[in-house]
Amino acid sequence: MTETAPVPVITVSNLIKQFGRFAALRGVTAEFSGGKLYAILGDNGAGKTTLLRTLAGLNQPSSGEVTILGASKFHDICQQVGYMAHPSLLYDEMSGMENLEYFARLYGITSGTRCAEVIRAVGLDPELVRPVGQYSQGMRQRMSLARALLNDPKILLLDEPFSNVDLHSATEMVRLLAGTRDQGKTIFIVTHQAALLEGAADEFVWMEYGKIVARTRELKRPASSGERSGESTK
Amino acid sequence: MSAPTGITRVTLLKDLRLEWRSKDAINSMLFFSLLVVVVFSFSFDPSAEESRQIAGGLIWVAFLFAAVVALNQTWAREIRNQVLDAYRVSPAPANSLFAAKVLGNFIFVTVLEALMTPLFIVFYRLRALGPAWQLLLVAVLGTWALVVNGTFFAAMSLRTRSREIMLPLLLFPISIPAILAMVQSTTAILNGEGARFWIVLLVTYDLVFTTVCLLLFETVLNAE
Repeated sequence: MTETAPVPVITVSNLIKQFGRFAALRGVTAEFSGGKLYAILGDNGAGKTTLLRTLAGLNQPSSGEVTILGASKFHDICQQVGYMAHPSLLYDEMSGMENLEYFARLYGITSGTRCAEVIRAVGLDPELVRPVGQYSQGMRQRMSLARALLNDPKILLLDEPFSNVDLHSATEMVRLLAGTRDQGKTIFIVTHQAALLEGAADEFVWMEYGKIVARTRELKRPASSGERSGESTK
Repeated sequence: MSAPTGITRVTLLKDLRLEWRSKDAINSMLFFSLLVVVVFSFSFDPSAEESRQIAGGLIWVAFLFAAVVALNQTWAREIRNQVLDAYRVSPAPANSLFAAKVLGNFIFVTVLEALMTPLFIVFYRLRALGPAWQLLLVAVLGTWALVVNGTFFAAMSLRTRSREIMLPLLLFPISIPAILAMVQSTTAILNGEGARFWIVLLVTYDLVFTTVCLLLFETVLNAE
């Protein structure tokens, strides 16, 4: 019996993104299957965040095509996507719960229990009345992840979710994300802390100079990459 | 997804809550307007007749400059922590955000006007010779003209480096017909003359610019 190839949830075809004369993405072509956790790795300026923002519909491709869940217009499937950026995307003057209640309404979620549920899922207290501006950076990151999980998305796009998060909390976040992946969600994580995802990620996607240069199952930097800076990811 | 009006309502309530807690816009607007009233009244010391001639221009120029402060603030809190991106990736319509921002600014500027108008009346010994209720109509129409354009152009200048300067540069020239109508109608009403033409001009201006801004806002919001 022949094994059928998994249906890609995201297809990127010859994607180019230019900012003026600078090309942040230089012809990215890839297919990503559903129900997997992808770690997107690479040096600063490799194009990781630009790729993620383009998938999230925040950057328009200069040329090329992005298809997510069969749709080429992001707005058609935005209900199915959760996005977490490097900044928190939260209002500093409001509490975590107030923030999430507001964003929930944008997705048509009127029940407050869902907000409390995702706040608890990331290890925070929904009763906390302190404004987000007074949170520690780690708490802010976790609340930002809660916001991305709010609409129970099929695809999660996370940009540096572990930055400034202590090791214990980061490990907890990885466990939560692995569990989310096990529920059939597809997760993309842009990170410089790849070691945290070893054992949890299904695939490591290596980017360099605006291109995907390798895709590996193990956290092992391909020989052709990394020569520029000599840095090690692990 | 919630109805667009529902999203407008929750966004407006969120903005009012943020302003109530930070008081960024209202404090700066009040302080600025107060300065204008006091400085000009001590500089000119006009008679009641002179006051009626200059008050229209003075009041609206003060409100225009003060409104710019609120208009800059309205989007500043959306780009702090890039919160605007969270709105952009959501299914919420762009125009719901625009409507909420316009209504929020309208409320802020109206509060300012309600607080400052009595001071203008006292300091400039103003008494309308025409139907005073028409001043209320001019205030509503004029404020709407300021905030609808101001909110739109503030969003346009959002990603520019010197947006505080860009906003007046974009807003003031395009607001000239509205400002002219606001000043002329106010002066006419204070002096007991007919202001019908100017009020019709304001209504037309409001309709045209509200429609154009609503049509173009999504493009502005998603511009890179």
